[in-house]
Amino acid sequence: MTLNRRLFLGTGAAAVTALSAPTVLADGHTKPRVIVVGGGAGGATAARYIAKDSKGAVDVTLIEPSRTYFTCFFSNLYLGGIKEIDDLGHNYGTLAAKYGINVVHDWAIGVDRGAKTVSLAGGASLPYDKLILSPGIDFVEGAVEGWSLASQNAMPHAYKGGSQTELLKAQIAAMPQGGTFAMVAPPNPFRCPPGPYERISMVAHSLKAMNPTAKIIVADPKPKFSKMALFQEGWADNYDGMIDWIGPDFGGGNVSVDPAAMTITIDGEVTKVDACNVIPAMKAGRIAELAGVTDGNWAPVNAADMSTKADADVYVLGDASQQGDMPKSGFSANSQAKVCANAVRGALTGSKVFPAKFSNTCWSLIDTNDGVKVGATYEATSEKIAKVDGFISSTGEADDVRKATYEESEGWYTGITADMFG
Amino acid sequence: MARLWFSTVVLGTSLVASAAFAEQTGDVEKGKKIFSKCKACHQVGKSAKDRVGPHLNGVFGRAAAAHDGFAYSKSMKRAGADGLIWTAETLDAYIENPRALVSKTRMSFKGLKKPQDRADLLAYLRDFSDNPSDVPEAEPTAKGTDHDLDPAILALQGDPEYGEYLSSECMTCHQVDGSGDGIPSITQWPIEDFVVAMHAYKQKLRPHPVMQMMAGRLNDEEIAALAAYFKDLE
Repeated sequence: MTLNRRLFLGTGAAAVTALSAPTVLADGHTKPRVIVVGGGAGGATAARYIAKDSKGAVDVTLIEPSRTYFTCFFSNLYLGGIKEIDDLGHNYGTLAAKYGINVVHDWAIGVDRGAKTVSLAGGASLPYDKLILSPGIDFVEGAVEGWSLASQNAMPHAYKGGSQTELLKAQIAAMPQGGTFAMVAPPNPFRCPPGPYERISMVAHSLKAMNPTAKIIVADPKPKFSKMALFQEGWADNYDGMIDWIGPDFGGGNVSVDPAAMTITIDGEVTKVDACNVIPAMKAGRIAELAGVTDGNWAPVNAADMSTKADADVYVLGDASQQGDMPKSGFSANSQAKVCANAVRGALTGSKVFPAKFSNTCWSLIDTNDGVKVGATYEATSEKIAKVDGFISSTGEADDVRKATYEESEGWYTGITADMFG
Repeated sequence: MARLWFSTVVLGTSLVASAAFAEQTGDVEKGKKIFSKCKACHQVGKSAKDRVGPHLNGVFGRAAAAHDGFAYSKSMKRAGADGLIWTAETLDAYIENPRALVSKTRMSFKGLKKPQDRADLLAYLRDFSDNPSDVPEAEPTAKGTDHDLDPAILALQGDPEYGEYLSSECMTCHQVDGSGDGIPSITQWPIEDFVVAMHAYKQKLRPHPVMQMMAGRLNDEEIAALAAYFKDLE
């Protein structure tokens, strides 16, 4: 790997290497090495900022199995027919070519924190000085009775961008007239708190056009959800009578599915469904657990720099981290990545480390040009990332405000993906 | 021919511009209605941002193709280099028939034939040229200046290195290359305008909730640092 990387840097990214000629360190390697696992909103951003700001003084390796990364954020707009799947796909070419990041398309399958190495499915073992894990989510086995990853084709989760999203969209399109779409919503905490409800809105938007007598059932273990008043207002205004949200008071938390028979059982009542989106309870992406930095389902981190409580040289970003008040979102992961990148670069090169500031905004689309948002700013305390201030869209907003909010979300998508992928 | 025409007009207007406005007979309200013809491509006012065409805040008195961050046609850049200044007279000629004045302008507008319509429209646009050219935002805001800042705040020298770190938070939404698409460009703004705008958000004079929140926790030095960093970002 090292030879390949040197060769690459020597040719493709001459400008980067020219800024700082390699110097041999006491322990034999030329430059401090950072490995980032996971090329999403947390990992790609962290890799890019460390590479960009260190100007070649830090070797950055990004490990990400996908050659084309499909964002989970905005995937609901694809389900709603508002975006194309290609709008959501991004690759790592710029991170490699412009920033000199060593992009490795492989799975990280183990971390030896004593030896400070990451092992890959392809057989390689890569050394690091600092390790940043941003693996997103995996699902808790047995969280929804009757469902396992083996049934994700019959009943997709579609909660990681890409093939699952395409599959769910195809299944919605194939529903018979007047058919039933069901969703099993996840318990807290989970990726993208408004995500399931934006998805319901977008599925309804899509069905309203092509299958207006279809029904939507949502089984939800939570009595309240993100932007609840905004979504419920929007559902009543735009999709009246189509959506049946079943909260825990009516047995929404007592659910099982049968993927072979395509049925869902809510509080003992069996319903035949034509498409079923099961979003199980979530946990940190597996590599965090394999690295031994999780406690329960998530990886506890220090708010100031996103280093794990378990190991000061291992950092966890985004959904996989247990950090305090921030929601698990792409925006949050991107925000945390920049704080982390500043701290990691400072630790490795002696550059100035500035105090942590975090922020998040989540936009959701209810119907065409009907966007809403919620957001907050956060600070690092000794215990956690703590909320400072926040806002949420109001019910009953004027159409032009909602349209502006939607247009802003499109601008944000362009902005954050440029911030991630260069 | 066209260049000759500019030279005379430009020379003339610098002397008579203020007199021309004193005699302005355009009706601002009527001009506002006429502006609806322009809205598909141009915005004006505090919420204005560059769309297909540049926003038109502060257009009076500016050289052609001089609004930073907008990708003008070669033809318009040439006109600017040749000395075309936007005044009541030059704008009047331009909106009467854009291609007659700037031959390969990207502005595909057939023009306003009635002199009174042009006078009304220019009277309306003129109202947006007294103000600093604002950092635009996503929501319309009431017209008015947010210029009541303590001079001591405006005098602060920002640390660009700190600004660069702080700017990473802005870059989640705003684009580093200065392009604006749903979310406006914030690069290469004059420091004073940047500082004034951020303090206007901080004091909730400007209404955008995300920006109020973001600016709300930045202190005076941090705002100055961001202004210093973004000013020179290319």
